[in-house]
Amino acid sequence: MKITVTVNGDERTADVEPRLLLVHFLRDTLGLTGTHWGCDTSNCGVCVVWLDGKPVKSCTVLAVMADGHTVRTVEGLADGATLDPVQQGFVRCHGLQCGFCTPGMMMTARWLLDHNPDPSEDEIREAISGQACRCTGYENIVRSVRWAASHEREVAPR
Amino acid sequence: MTTVEQPPIGFGRMHRKEDARFVRGRGTYVDDVVLPGMLYGAVLRSPFAHARIVSIDTAAAQAHPRVKAVITGQTLEGLKLAWMPTLSQDTQAVLATDKVRFQGQEVAFVVAEDRYAARDALELIDVEYEPLPAVVDARRALDPDAPVIRDDKEGQADNHIFDWGAGDEAATDAVFASAEVVVAQDVLYPRVHPAPLETCGAVADFDAVTGKLTIWCNTQAPHAHRTVYALVAGLPEHKIRVISPDVGGGFGNKVPIYPGYVCAIVGSIVTGKPVKWMEDRSENLMSTGFARDYHMRGEVAATRDGRIRALRVKVVADHGAFNGTAQPTKFPAGFFHVFTGSYDVEAAYCGVTGVYTNKAPGGVAYACSFRITEAAYLIERMIDVLAYDLDMDPAQLRMKNLLKPEQFPYPSPTGWEYDSGDYPRALSLALEMAGYEELRAEQAARRASGSDGPLMGIGISFFTEAVGAGPRKHMDILGLGMADGAELRVHPTGKAVLRISVQSQGQGHETTYAQIVAEELGIPPDDVDVVHGDTDQTPFGLGTYGSRSTPVSGAATAVVARKVRERARQVASAMLEVDPGDLEWEKGRWYVRGDQGQGRTIQEIALAAHSSLELPDGVEGHLDATTVYNPPNLTFPFGAYICVVDVDPGTGQVKVRRFVAVDDCGVRINPMIVEGQVHGGLADGIGMALMELIAFDEDGNCLGASFMDYLLPTSMECPSWELGETVTPSPHHPIGAKGVGESATVGSPAAVVNAVMDALKPYGVRHADMPLTPAHVWRAIQGRPLRTDLAIT
Repeated sequence: MKITVTVNGDERTADVEPRLLLVHFLRDTLGLTGTHWGCDTSNCGVCVVWLDGKPVKSCTVLAVMADGHTVRTVEGLADGATLDPVQQGFVRCHGLQCGFCTPGMMMTARWLLDHNPDPSEDEIREAISGQACRCTGYENIVRSVRWAASHEREVAPR
Repeated sequence: MTTVEQPPIGFGRMHRKEDARFVRGRGTYVDDVVLPGMLYGAVLRSPFAHARIVSIDTAAAQAHPRVKAVITGQTLEGLKLAWMPTLSQDTQAVLATDKVRFQGQEVAFVVAEDRYAARDALELIDVEYEPLPAVVDARRALDPDAPVIRDDKEGQADNHIFDWGAGDEAATDAVFASAEVVVAQDVLYPRVHPAPLETCGAVADFDAVTGKLTIWCNTQAPHAHRTVYALVAGLPEHKIRVISPDVGGGFGNKVPIYPGYVCAIVGSIVTGKPVKWMEDRSENLMSTGFARDYHMRGEVAATRDGRIRALRVKVVADHGAFNGTAQPTKFPAGFFHVFTGSYDVEAAYCGVTGVYTNKAPGGVAYACSFRITEAAYLIERMIDVLAYDLDMDPAQLRMKNLLKPEQFPYPSPTGWEYDSGDYPRALSLALEMAGYEELRAEQAARRASGSDGPLMGIGISFFTEAVGAGPRKHMDILGLGMADGAELRVHPTGKAVLRISVQSQGQGHETTYAQIVAEELGIPPDDVDVVHGDTDQTPFGLGTYGSRSTPVSGAATAVVARKVRERARQVASAMLEVDPGDLEWEKGRWYVRGDQGQGRTIQEIALAAHSSLELPDGVEGHLDATTVYNPPNLTFPFGAYICVVDVDPGTGQVKVRRFVAVDDCGVRINPMIVEGQVHGGLADGIGMALMELIAFDEDGNCLGASFMDYLLPTSMECPSWELGETVTPSPHHPIGAKGVGESATVGSPAAVVNAVMDALKPYGVRHADMPLTPAHVWRAIQGRPLRTDLAIT
């Protein structure tokens, strides 16, 4: 069936099978390969994107369910050449290694900071607890999010 | 706020060059590769652990309108590809022809227009099986009535693979015969899985016109894969190009060649189109290289006051249905014989017996450094068992027996020569960081209070690693010596390209190798591009695993940079019109001895090297070099880890309160990256000790085949790691650096288990096997520990 999804601000229309997963729609149909696919039981969270402003595991959403809705992916995180503070935090604090979990982690982190600008370590750990990382042992991911929180509060006090 | 200082040049904390693309979603992983006309493959897998194949009916699948090819073992037999060689000189079925030997084994391969249609078509294949009894318990695999799994192999009348031993058995037995104290313990290192977040996959593209096969594949060892493909498929090696793009974690899972890769190649040859194969998570967990599965019996001979005199170990190694372990040819049990660890003993012996069972192949993976995880876990568990029996403090017992700095280079009783170490210093630092005395006091107070609150446990692990395989005289994989090449070119404007044979899967090679060049040549790291993973573009070498990149390829990089530096000296001498012997090097510049102002920078020299400048006879011009580095020995990093846990006696739930890790890997090229490697490995330790397990039922059904059951540690199970470091350089390495990537995975599980056993000491628990899940810990408290690897206990 024909669906129209607003992805990172652009209207994207495609004819898809009803069973197509959102993660495959983003990756295979739209070529937005920053979002990854890491398990088949909704545990790992490497496919996290925003659907109507909320993080979802896109392997657990059908593309047709996104018809008429908005999706934000890792490709929509930076403002042109300027990285989002979360992206900067991950670089500065070495919050990634192989980079496979990174897009999903950053989408959750961005959402967390939008709703809780000064999260504690426990709050960050809980926010990313639905997402696995095999490389970092999580420590530097927590630091990355903390860095972004401090940095953006300095730049733009809320 | 954590910030990282950015040095202008050389070693030190430097942000990663890789991150720019990864944080923008611009990495290129294998499933991101799309080629014109590309088709998708999917594998049909066996539901049985052991069964004869009576028939395979593919007619309905072939009739599916979107299916382009259906390949079975019979198809492959015609191409002599139904079986392939493994990295252990065994054979492995690509697609089963006679029978299936583990649940999840590859039976047929469908090529279709998209991944959904390929999966649909799998449902249309009808396979008739005749089930056979399965061999699940490795310790029963050699029973006379055990069904023979490998009846395909001529002369194979049982499930025996190999016997292998190291050390002096007679001398060891003699010490045991006269020892005041002997302790023995059965220790299982259960089957786990590396589970990289990106599963295995490939895009195979055979061009019938040029005869060239290009394989995009997330392999850790692209050059070795190319050679093996040439041997397996009979294709000329110069017509095979392996491209390993960005890899979403490997952890040893991506060293072997899997049937899916071969099927994708055949699919491309058959259809004339590129074929992508990407496994899903359950396929990855069920069928690709597992780790560990060592059933060990450890024995320690000691004096009553805790002096360790000898060690003896017997191992039954469960290798699954095909012996597919990846390790140097002469070492069927890898480097398990470093099991004497960090201690000064008179004698030691280990005997390892490998057996077939009806399970997936593998064994060497998950940051094991070729079985050193098993060795380190065994010895560190045995030390605590000895401490338990002698009622000694485990820190004091270790301190009493550690090798001393003046003993290095230390010839071990099983044949190693440890390069360098200062063990007491590292252990002292860890004890100090943890506040060990205070922790023991807190524990004593809690125990004395009689409260029914959490049980507190303190666990120590002191490990010695052996990484950097290896000297080609002793070490090869399938006859390929374990040396690594490097090639460095400096362009006329002073920017450089380094081509290496190893393949990063997140370890930061693009950054740290540029730092080595920067340190040696004075070219800023940002001006050095590091090329890896493409066999048409990079020199031959054996890839990244066994923490061998820094010891071997990092050494090659330093050596090749020094060769370029020497060429630069010749060019500089022509520029300055002085004898090369009169030139002195400072980072980035040759100058005239005694006249600091008279000199030329490496960038000026690079331009001159490509110019019309007249050069002495024999100096070719340009600024480049190649090298092959054959390491004289391995490197032996070490570490002291301390874990503090709280165990709920009512539920058996373990909470890791603190984890202190002191690592010594010699010179640190980029401390930020070393720390990240250690953090990741410590999380592995929590996972293996407390959560991760691939178990089987009596029929051979795999019970850990998804993330619903195979539990990875999340941010909630991991504490905030506390790291420390000492620096004891490797004397034989060009920059004094040792490998480190696997240290934390090797060293940490014992610290966690020792901590939990320490917590349970008041209950008289001496040992329980991993993973220490709440149910298992609760059973241990009740005096009924489970056998964890089988669901039938």
